[in-house]
Amino acid sequence: MGHAYTPGLKVTEKFLLTKKRILPLKGEVIVKKGDPVKPDDIIARTHLPGIVEPMNVANILGVPPEDLNECMLKKEGDQIEAGEVIAMSKSFFGLFKSKCPAKISGTIESISQVTGQVLLRGAPIPVTVKAYINGEVVEIYEKEGVAVSTWCSFIQGIFGIGGETHGEIKVVVKDNTQVLTDKEIDDSCQGKVVVGGSMVTADAVKKAAKVGASGIVVGGFDDKDLRGFLGYDIGVAITGSEEIGTSLIVTEGFGQINMAQRTFDLLKSKEGQLACINGATQIRAGVIRPEVIIPQDGDIHAKIEESDYRELGLQVGSPVRVIRHPYFGKLGEVTNLPPELEELESGSHARVLEVKFLDGKTAIVPRANVEMIES
Amino acid sequence: MAKMKPEDINVILATDCGSTTTKAILIEKRDGEYRLIVRGEAPTTVEAPFEDVTMGVLNAVGEVEELSGRKLLDDNGKIISPANGEVGTDVYISTSSAGGGLQMMVAGVVRSMTGESAERAALGAGAIVMDVIASNDKRLPHQQIERIRHLRPDMILLSGGIDGGTTTHVVEIAELVSAADPKPRLGTGYKLPIIYAGNKNATKAVEDTLSDKVDLRTVENIRPVLERENLGPAREEIHNLFMEHVMAQAPGYKKLMSWTDAPIMPTPGAVGLIIKTIADMEGIEAVGVDIGGATTDVFSVFRPESIPEGAFNRTVSANLGMSYSVSNVFAEATLPMVMRWVPFNMNERDLRNRVKNKMIRPTTIPQSMEELIFEQAIAKEALRLAFIQHKNFATVLKGVQQQRTIADAFEQTASGATLVNMMSLDILVGSGGVLSHAPRRQQSALMLIDAFLPEGVTRLAVDSIFMMPQLGVLSTVQPQAATEVFNKDCLIHLGTCVAPVGPVKKGGPIMDYKITLPDGKVESGTLEFGQMKLIKLGLSDNDLPLKARAELDPHHGLDLGRGKGHKLETELSGGVVGIILDGRGRPFQLPEDENIRVEKLKAWMTELNIYPVEALNR
Repeated sequence: MGHAYTPGLKVTEKFLLTKKRILPLKGEVIVKKGDPVKPDDIIARTHLPGIVEPMNVANILGVPPEDLNECMLKKEGDQIEAGEVIAMSKSFFGLFKSKCPAKISGTIESISQVTGQVLLRGAPIPVTVKAYINGEVVEIYEKEGVAVSTWCSFIQGIFGIGGETHGEIKVVVKDNTQVLTDKEIDDSCQGKVVVGGSMVTADAVKKAAKVGASGIVVGGFDDKDLRGFLGYDIGVAITGSEEIGTSLIVTEGFGQINMAQRTFDLLKSKEGQLACINGATQIRAGVIRPEVIIPQDGDIHAKIEESDYRELGLQVGSPVRVIRHPYFGKLGEVTNLPPELEELESGSHARVLEVKFLDGKTAIVPRANVEMIES
Repeated sequence: MAKMKPEDINVILATDCGSTTTKAILIEKRDGEYRLIVRGEAPTTVEAPFEDVTMGVLNAVGEVEELSGRKLLDDNGKIISPANGEVGTDVYISTSSAGGGLQMMVAGVVRSMTGESAERAALGAGAIVMDVIASNDKRLPHQQIERIRHLRPDMILLSGGIDGGTTTHVVEIAELVSAADPKPRLGTGYKLPIIYAGNKNATKAVEDTLSDKVDLRTVENIRPVLERENLGPAREEIHNLFMEHVMAQAPGYKKLMSWTDAPIMPTPGAVGLIIKTIADMEGIEAVGVDIGGATTDVFSVFRPESIPEGAFNRTVSANLGMSYSVSNVFAEATLPMVMRWVPFNMNERDLRNRVKNKMIRPTTIPQSMEELIFEQAIAKEALRLAFIQHKNFATVLKGVQQQRTIADAFEQTASGATLVNMMSLDILVGSGGVLSHAPRRQQSALMLIDAFLPEGVTRLAVDSIFMMPQLGVLSTVQPQAATEVFNKDCLIHLGTCVAPVGPVKKGGPIMDYKITLPDGKVESGTLEFGQMKLIKLGLSDNDLPLKARAELDPHHGLDLGRGKGHKLETELSGGVVGIILDGRGRPFQLPEDENIRVEKLKAWMTELNIYPVEALNR
């Protein structure tokens, strides 16, 4: 049987991170192993095949498909320009000619005498991959991409929207309980990663996008605001491609929830430093959580012994956060781990634990409803 | 392992490799009947760092060994076969949905004809259909090409045209596929398999277009003539390719395939097979539903007069589920539809956030009664929506070969031609966490009734521990063992729902009933409109339902399957819940008045003992 605990999200002061940066198709890697890189540096590039534009030339010319070859002025593989005549029909001693101009520039991909269809392939589309973080190239995957390593402070969020970006950290709230409203956002937030407390309002997100803030990191976000903001309801948690003008990373969950003190303190201590963030979230097998990476100096080749608190599993004394009602968002410490199943108020039987909250009160909670946090 | 005759099989080991958990069951023949002995489970080990599915299988089998005392693995970690005394198994079989299951794209010429036929073939084989490309799907060709390129399916089923008909359109689709140059989802060392099952006259042209770029297989046309479908050969080829390509690419599966005594089946394909096998053996009509975290599968076997051999259908509602997709259920059903099942008020803003928090932390479970009631309300809506999709898809000309007239073939409207007939349905089987693990079985029964609204007389059951996949593949090796274990150990018989159908303008009596229980006791009375009544009738010593004789006399204008106002004399099956007389009317409508609705919900939930009374009166 697997461990009966829920690993929490990673929030760590110092961590050796390695990020794979891979092209969608094979191409060219333009950095070398050992090269230092910055977030906007291009590390690999390729060309995606151009769009395909089918044209039923036989229909356009009014000839049977089997006669198409006789009408084609271009053959497979030929370069063409938009508007260039690629086929022409002749009739009545050559008096009436029908012409077929190419819809796009590119090459002739194929000519079919079965369907009369000619496929035009547009010019290749260039694609580049950036380094995304400050660091050093530690591995080259030939024609595919690289791995970049850096020491960093690392914070995993629970949910995010928007893609990769970076900026200086700017904390605009006094503590982890304060709601981030549009009043806290001004022009000085341009290009910054803005840190809020327990929640961010829809108006604040809109203003952040307007002033050009790179991103927002905050404890909670209201679902109703999210829907109002995106214009649609997120049905399944697969995000990252939203174009909202700024990336948003929620560290705790939906609703107003204080950002974990440790997370807030870490961000506060790094104020003014570069943060590389990505809101992309995928909650399915192969889960992806949004992240805040604050690169730090340090020898990435130094040997380290990392102890992952999560490998120890849930123990008496483990700090935990409850992640479901009726104690949602409360922090505490495990005081007992009874092995046998216990009946919950709902009537279900589940493995539980006893937790002592910060206010001294205790409660019994299903183990499935807590996540471990670092002490 | 040596092949055994079915009658010589005494010990069966079966596993289902799911995306997160690998489940193993041990079945033994004892005193002349096959019974489930124990089950074990372990995390699936398809993904890094293990990347070998057999590790999870061995761990799950190891747990079965510990619990049963039967030694199943030798010192080298291999499954011992055949069985000898308390050592080994006669047969080892497996299903798999690990690594995302079987993901397919299908293509046809006309969306509602060959496109749908191809979709049915793929769904019936147990696939997730990622998209249906058709000449008339309202996308421009370059959009279709982009889509095909983007999807990266495990395989494509290409169909189109009747035999001898025009070849142009289906070859055009083949050209689009060729231009997209699609790549398989897993691995890069092989070509994407494409099954061509269209107009046989276009075979040569399709081969010329595609055979250089893909691994093309040609099978019989799935729509040889307009009014007949022929899905068998395409489904068979899908299963072959699943084994040859998809399974062979997944880590450790080559080894697993060498262990099993029957081909590994995609999990939903195996579930469909057991439901079809049981329905066929008993000659009944059945609906099965499996509600998971991300998706809901609905299976049905109906036997309209035109298809006496039965029509089997499966649908997958990709984004209707109880955790990953819970937010989508909420979005599709809308808040008022979910809240109509909740007998108290809750704050909307708070509810929305709770739903989203479940989506982002999908493994949590309801702790409070309020959360349970709310979660079961969402489940009713997820099931209801999945069933609507199923009804719209399971129309005439589904499943097995069937003759229709040309006139019928043009009437493939979703509304008029569904095969789903709730009045003739015999059994409704639920599966999946929210149904199988509900704290009270009455809750499962009410979720099934409220979501599916069975009509007339319908048996209700839930799958106890989700072993339908293993039993599905077992039915190909030893059908008797599969059906015995299905009835005695897999199914938890809940009881029978009796629901008169017909318009009721106002309250009053709608049915007289007289039910003679096995001990001779008689329960009789009159069911009022809007009333639910529970009559206890349990299970026999061998876990099969007790039976009661019933005389059910619907009042004027109401029907129980014998016609309006006609009396029905029948046998009713018991179960852990009993006989539920549902006088709420079909079509079913909850009272619009808020206070009356809450009062009614409380009355029904109290009669059926769904939740503790104090939870309802909070």
